[in-house]
Amino acid sequence: MDGELIRRTAADLAAAVAGGEVSAAEVTQAHLDRIAAADDRLHAFLHVAAEPALAAARAVDDRRAAGDALGPLAGVPLALKDVFTTADMPTTCGSRILAGWLPPYDATVTRRLRRAGVVILGKANMDEFAMGSSTENSAFGPSRNPWDLSRVPGGSSGGCAAAVTAFEAPLAVGTDTGGSIRQPAAVCGIVGTKPTYGGSSRYGVVAFASSLDTPGPLARTVLDTALLHEAMSGHDPCDSTSVAAPVPPVVAAARQADVAGMRIGVVTELAGEGYQAGVQARFGEAVELLGSLGAKVIEVSCPHFRYALPAYYLIAPSECSSNLARFDGMRYGLRVGDDGTRDAEEVMSVTRAAGFGAEVKRRIMLGTYALSSGYYDAYYGKAQQVRTLICRDFDAAFEQVDVLVSPTTPTTAFPIGERADNPMAMYLADLCTIPSDLAGNAALSVPCGLAPEDGLPVGLQIMAPALADDRLYRVGAAVEAALQQRWGQPLLTAANGLGDD
Amino acid sequence: MAPMSITREEVAHLARLSRLALSDAELDRFAGQLDVIIGAVARVQEVAAEGIPPMTHALPLVNVLRDDVVVPPLGAQAALAQAPAAEQRRFRVPRILADEA
Repeated sequence: MDGELIRRTAADLAAAVAGGEVSAAEVTQAHLDRIAAADDRLHAFLHVAAEPALAAARAVDDRRAAGDALGPLAGVPLALKDVFTTADMPTTCGSRILAGWLPPYDATVTRRLRRAGVVILGKANMDEFAMGSSTENSAFGPSRNPWDLSRVPGGSSGGCAAAVTAFEAPLAVGTDTGGSIRQPAAVCGIVGTKPTYGGSSRYGVVAFASSLDTPGPLARTVLDTALLHEAMSGHDPCDSTSVAAPVPPVVAAARQADVAGMRIGVVTELAGEGYQAGVQARFGEAVELLGSLGAKVIEVSCPHFRYALPAYYLIAPSECSSNLARFDGMRYGLRVGDDGTRDAEEVMSVTRAAGFGAEVKRRIMLGTYALSSGYYDAYYGKAQQVRTLICRDFDAAFEQVDVLVSPTTPTTAFPIGERADNPMAMYLADLCTIPSDLAGNAALSVPCGLAPEDGLPVGLQIMAPALADDRLYRVGAAVEAALQQRWGQPLLTAANGLGDD
Repeated sequence: MAPMSITREEVAHLARLSRLALSDAELDRFAGQLDVIIGAVARVQEVAAEGIPPMTHALPLVNVLRDDVVVPPLGAQAALAQAPAAEQRRFRVPRILADEA
């Protein structure tokens, strides 16, 4: 195994491939070797596509040999969340109901990655249909946190975060509906972005909550995250909710890494009871650091953020109850009980009971409840009004400041099993990330240190107005550079759950 | 203890509407959990939202149209490739009507 190769950044690897220092095939093989050595303990991947990955890498090497200009991520390996359709790999969404399903087409994001010469290593584990904050809801077993294998890597994009953290891949693409990119990034000590809603295509992303689902990048550095953000984004005529606007200049912003003169708001409501002391301490230090780098820091109140979590757990389940109606065992996926004695409706009910896990069932029923006549106005209707009020809080805040900041999560990574039987406790993991999903604006999590009480990573969340995604990278890169100078090394150097350093 | 916001019978009804053939044990467990969750999400009702328009979506998009261009369809073979059961280039499904209609 080439230990040095897997520890390099995506930007570095792409430059090394383009410059002929190393072949894309060698880079890919090094990561496949790492997966072979580590993934039986991590379970970051549901499917590893070694041969197709090596073929894609050799194609990049051939293009280079032919003198073709290579894109900024050509030859760099990536873990793809198992919610994106891939015509040459199974797409299961972590669900028994889609076990072994081979989609007839590639998602737009999949297609863009392939076209950019990015090498897809395989499909990353996730909470079933992206519902969860720990990957424990995967029908195929949880992923583990590379800092401590007895803890969760967050979720729902937990396989993505575990793979990137453990050097199985320098890049991953996940989706964020209530925090599913930022929360795992935070608890694993890496970078993750929820782009502006509609900034990245949902075509070929198996739908959970369509008004919220947003594909986005995860990586170990802010610049790598920006490079992937740019490569995967842009208008897509196949997605009617795709934004017809240029991709914000995220890569330039990551290189700028300068907050001098920026106005930064600390959200009053995202602190206090329920927040771990070490999380608050590291967050406070990050805010001080931003001030010392020349930003003007003020406190900003967003009073309706207190109602974001309840509003989300009405809106997201409502949309999910509708979206998941398509899994009926008729045209694809699992079919159970078709023995000639049951009619189609009974087969659907038996199939769905056997194919969905507990959390998916809970959310389908919760959504069905919130949408039913007699309850609609009191629950779904009211939640939609709260969504408007949360947007107005953001609008008012962004009149005073350029970005808002908060901890990404109230606590560090929790032990596997701790919240498995307590859905409400699990939902609290998304307390700080949900407001940006409801508003559809952009947010990023960047590591800001380790909590002293448990030695686990803490994330700083940065939130920006819709289509101002570049501000996230300007601030994130400045924080990253200043903290690495203070630490003297990247944060992940301290991650040793696999015991291999 | 606060009164139940949702009963086991109501959860059984939701399961039927949701096409989920749940076991008795599941109904017992979900009834308790959904009661807690509904109690928590009901907090949205505390918000003064009189006259506030509902928000269904983050983007102000309406009637997104594309050019009417013919593109190759998926084709029956690809569409049926993952079917649980297929016959005569069609999806084979269980009966949808009772014997005596």
